[in-house]
Amino acid sequence: MKVYVCVGSSCHLKGSYDIINLMKENIAKNGLEDTVELSGAFCLGKCTEGVSIKVEDEVICGVSKENFNEIFDKYILKK
Amino acid sequence: MSNEKQIQNKTPKKLRKFDTKVQLLKYKVLREVARHAYNDTLLESFNDIAKVIVKQKTPTMRCCIYKERAIVGERIKIATGGDKKNPNIIEVIDIACDGCPEGGYTVTEDCRGCIAHRCEDVCKRGAITFDEHQKAHIDKDKCVNCGQCAKVCPYTAIANHKRPCERACKIKAISTDEETRAAKIDYSKCISCGACVYQCPFGAIDDKSFILDVINMLKGSDNNNRYKTYAVVAPSISSQFSYAKIGQIIAGIKKIGFYSVVEAALGADMVAYSEAKELAEKGFLTSSCCPAFVNYIHKSFPTMVDKISHNLSPMGAIAKYIKDTDPTAKIVFIGPCTAKKMEIQQEPVKQYVDSVITFEELQAIIDSRDIDVTELEEDVLDNASYFGRIFARSGGLADAVTQALKEQGVPEEEFKLNAVSCDGIEECKKALLKASKNVLPNNFIEGMACVGGCIGGAGCLTHGDKDKRQVDAYGQEAYEKTIKDSIAALEKIGNRKIDE
Repeated sequence: MKVYVCVGSSCHLKGSYDIINLMKENIAKNGLEDTVELSGAFCLGKCTEGVSIKVEDEVICGVSKENFNEIFDKYILKK
Repeated sequence: MSNEKQIQNKTPKKLRKFDTKVQLLKYKVLREVARHAYNDTLLESFNDIAKVIVKQKTPTMRCCIYKERAIVGERIKIATGGDKKNPNIIEVIDIACDGCPEGGYTVTEDCRGCIAHRCEDVCKRGAITFDEHQKAHIDKDKCVNCGQCAKVCPYTAIANHKRPCERACKIKAISTDEETRAAKIDYSKCISCGACVYQCPFGAIDDKSFILDVINMLKGSDNNNRYKTYAVVAPSISSQFSYAKIGQIIAGIKKIGFYSVVEAALGADMVAYSEAKELAEKGFLTSSCCPAFVNYIHKSFPTMVDKISHNLSPMGAIAKYIKDTDPTAKIVFIGPCTAKKMEIQQEPVKQYVDSVITFEELQAIIDSRDIDVTELEEDVLDNASYFGRIFARSGGLADAVTQALKEQGVPEEEFKLNAVSCDGIEECKKALLKASKNVLPNNFIEGMACVGGCIGGAGCLTHGDKDKRQVDAYGQEAYEKTIKDSIAALEKIGNRKIDE
């Protein structure tokens, strides 16, 4: 599974690096290193709704530290 | 009307965009070429462009409007890629060269006919003679233009009549063509820094433009659906476009069709980090960021080539990173530099960066679309740290490497940085000469071909004293304060390391 985290300017300012750190932690915690391939993207085209991530072909916006667990659960763990 | 109102009306609405009228002329040609390229009317409009730029009936630049138009024709050729058979980025427009006098050292009216005759004493060639009024004369057959006489004259009465292009070219790649008397570039020496382009008062030397490639790339992307076009912008942008906010320029870049704008300074962060590592390992390096400096080593100090840092330039590093995340991406570097156009013709950068345009050319493209950036809503640009951003000015790279060594915790007993920041190619030459003879006390040469660093680049719109302060201020605005913070997250992405 390919997961992209947007590191473009807008998302960067909204904290995409925190999301990357959380992503890394949670992938490790769930032993998904071999199934999830984490990658960066310079802009996913949803600058006003960041932080944006993309799981396979689906773009998910408004990811934050607060809702991270919920999103990780829904889009990555359950798939 | 009150006084206040009158003053307001007199103040121009926008600040001046360029330093000189030569730049303005070049810009007009680029803008018209861009306009026709967008409209697919370039072929049939080739001759019309000259008439748009020289529309008056009496000449303002040359002997007649026909010569003016002929020269504009040559400018159009360079604006559309120039002589395809000549790979050198910088070209002379023969018919635009005014064949400036090249008298060398000459005694001027200011000579007082003194008794001391320091000029005579210092001249080793016996080239100075005196007339019946005790005024000095230089025998051109004997004079070798060493300039000693000019240095010792108490009245500064001896002037050096050198062509501005030759004076600008500190590496002596410009001479006079014996036949045409026009300026001639020795391509085996030229490092594409563009100093002569900026200095020629007649605009007779120009850098080839690849705006057509960029416009075609933008048009061909079908609004970034077929592939995405990324703009990588140099940190010196902070000292440019003073009539608008940086955020508005970023919005403008997207408006002309770029998908995303990324700071080259993030590449600079990556470079600083791995350059510090390489330096601590090897013990001596020269920087690899400035393509003109690197090219100079290759051409004039071939024995020093193995001392050049193996890092890509910041432009190359960030472009490689973007292409790793988006393999079909097209990448255009936008900066102050004419030598970058040469850098992307070479391995290994060739595969990462698709085209290069200067700030001058960006301005021309934006204006060709009739976009008023001052009316656009500000967009954001933030990817890099303070240290990546100050690469734009002389001394910034050395500061960043110092910081990276500190962040990496390299103990001083293991490696202590002693950098020399060479501001301009003349200083680079001195340091390289010493290093090639093993008498340079420093262990790191930061080489910047342009005086002041990138902010002195030939493709800048303006060159001013305030530019350095603006770069520093822009650096301070960075969200990440350390290099590690800036690249750590990227390092975590995928299983690759930045310096691989």
